[in-house]
Amino acid sequence: MLNRRNFLTAAVGVAAAGGLAACAKKDDSSTGSTSAGGTKAITLGFSQVGSESGWRSANTTSVKDAAKKAGYNLKFSDAQQKQENQISAIRNYIAQKVDVIAFSPVVVTGWDAVLKEAKAAKIPVVLTDRSVETSDDSLYVTLVGSDFTDEGRRAARILEKVLTKAGHKGAVKIAQLEGTTGAAPAIERAKGFKEIMDAEHKDDWKIVVSQTGDFTRAGGKQVMAAFLQSNPDVNVLFAHNDDMAIGAIQSIEAAGKKPGKDILIVSIDGVKDGFVAMSEGKINAIVECNPLLGPQLMDVVKKVKDGVAVERWIKTKEGDFMQDQAKAALPSRKY
Amino acid sequence: MTTPSTTSSRWRALTRHHLFWPVAVLVLLLLVNVPFTPDFFSIKMADGHLYGSLVSIVLFGSPLILVAVGMTLVIATGGIDLSVGAVVAITGALACSYISDQSDQSALSGVLLAMGLGLLAAVVCGLWNGFLVARMGIQPIIATLIIMVAGRGVAQLITDGQIITINSSPYKLIGGGYWLTLPFSIFVVAAVVAVTVVLTRRTALGLLVEAVGGNAEASRLVGIRSRRIKIMVYMFCALCAGIAGLMISSNTSAADGNNAGLWIELDAILAVVIGGTSLLGGRFSVGGTVIGALVIQTLTTTIYTIGVPTQTNLVFKAAVVIAVCLMQSPKFRAKVFGARFGAKGSTTPAAAPADTAATEAAPKMEVS
Repeated sequence: MLNRRNFLTAAVGVAAAGGLAACAKKDDSSTGSTSAGGTKAITLGFSQVGSESGWRSANTTSVKDAAKKAGYNLKFSDAQQKQENQISAIRNYIAQKVDVIAFSPVVVTGWDAVLKEAKAAKIPVVLTDRSVETSDDSLYVTLVGSDFTDEGRRAARILEKVLTKAGHKGAVKIAQLEGTTGAAPAIERAKGFKEIMDAEHKDDWKIVVSQTGDFTRAGGKQVMAAFLQSNPDVNVLFAHNDDMAIGAIQSIEAAGKKPGKDILIVSIDGVKDGFVAMSEGKINAIVECNPLLGPQLMDVVKKVKDGVAVERWIKTKEGDFMQDQAKAALPSRKY
Repeated sequence: MTTPSTTSSRWRALTRHHLFWPVAVLVLLLLVNVPFTPDFFSIKMADGHLYGSLVSIVLFGSPLILVAVGMTLVIATGGIDLSVGAVVAITGALACSYISDQSDQSALSGVLLAMGLGLLAAVVCGLWNGFLVARMGIQPIIATLIIMVAGRGVAQLITDGQIITINSSPYKLIGGGYWLTLPFSIFVVAAVVAVTVVLTRRTALGLLVEAVGGNAEASRLVGIRSRRIKIMVYMFCALCAGIAGLMISSNTSAADGNNAGLWIELDAILAVVIGGTSLLGGRFSVGGTVIGALVIQTLTTTIYTIGVPTQTNLVFKAAVVIAVCLMQSPKFRAKVFGARFGAKGSTTPAAAPADTAATEAAPKMEVS
């Protein structure tokens, strides 16, 4: 009896959260900048995933600003994490005969039908940030976004530098804070890191513990506290995002150790608070995952509209930052 | 087998105490850690405060204990409060955004005002829940669902969808600071639990709450203002959630409207159930709930320390929870251990089914 009631509660809660979450979020206006005079401005229909994180908000702002700057007529819609919202937004763009459709897919699969409609209407489609799986590669022109696997590789490369700089000798015992289980960034960042580790550091590097911190500060803090108990000899932390690293730093300090010295920390993303922690010497290096892909997207849209051939995957411009660059880079961090 | 019957009857009395199974599970879970972390129980000084796994469990478990204690009273009236997670997020968001606007973030007056503001918002949420349930007669699950969903939106609105980081030493004390070498949150939890126990067990309030949960209409007819009691418990539950919200945001010195307190309502309900409070209302055990919350936190820590692969976290957690719930069920115990448990110490085998029937009718008698 208890179990059933509890289960019901859980089920209703989950269903309702999913179903009603849309009502809670504020509605984005779907109007963009007005078209510039003279030659007819390009009309771009853009469907965003939602506004689930600071990274995503920065991404949205970047797209809106870049469109304004380029003088495009941007039709923006927020899918609030739901594929059906995104599909209906794309159908609307097709009906409105926009020049180019760009969207950041909520999920990987289930896009064939709507993308075929776009193709039939001869409207080119550009993906941003995330990719899709389709049966027919001609359904989208290009993807503008980050290479998560490469971010993992870069994290391993920068860890090499960090180790040399710190003059580290002996075994490298790594604790890994993973992102949300099943999320593409979490899977691919772990994969890229492991690839370099297995290929070049098989003998001296070892991931001794690895657990998900759900990309959150609270998660990173709690998991790291447990890691420090079960594996007190950990000397390197690899966090899949800055927020988890920031949480972990607090646990490391509570354990009486010095983050950045006793435990070397490498993380991915490059949010502002991450840079603040790095400038304080608590994070050793950050691999950037750049949400500010607006300007690159606008370039691609122009090329696609003009029929210029573009690469299948246009990777976002990203940098790697060591501690000594943190202070200089800090003021330019927008998110 | 050779046990004298006196020991056996004492054992039987012990196993029938309402806190026996929750405590047994907690001890078992703690012991599971020892082979993986040999110094699991060791507590040492680090950086001027006590440090160790047990300290972490209490520190990270504090918000859950608070939320679960509030939830216990709501469930005792036959209700349920799904909005606590959202209230956690709103409180943290309000307090942190207020503090971040101050020129001196460490000023005590500003921090107290921010906390008061957050808690006020929490209590207003509770008042709204209580109003819908008691005055409008809306099912508690639906009434509180409104704030569960909308509240998180409000929190996101307050934080603008961003994580607000603050740097305020007085605020950090509540959820992440130490006092007398112990985490300060332990004192907050102890105070809230003590006040709750005194109010419900040393005054008639507890009885009234149970009466309303047992039969709201009958209690109204005997002169209990059942609606008022209901509104009060929802407000109390929200207040507890609010304090938990301050703690969670203080623990990381940041307000995260998207993730703070996410799904904590489900953990809280689970803690209440593990603690032996009936979801049907009418009976509750605050002590059991505290143990239940510690069981859940210990389980989480155990998953991290024994190295369960990430993908199997939830399955592992579910398996343990199922086992705990089954162990708590007198019917299940009678079926599985029936022969041994029932026959031992008692000459009549018929005692076992009779026992079971009795405990089933009144699942968890309350004494704490």
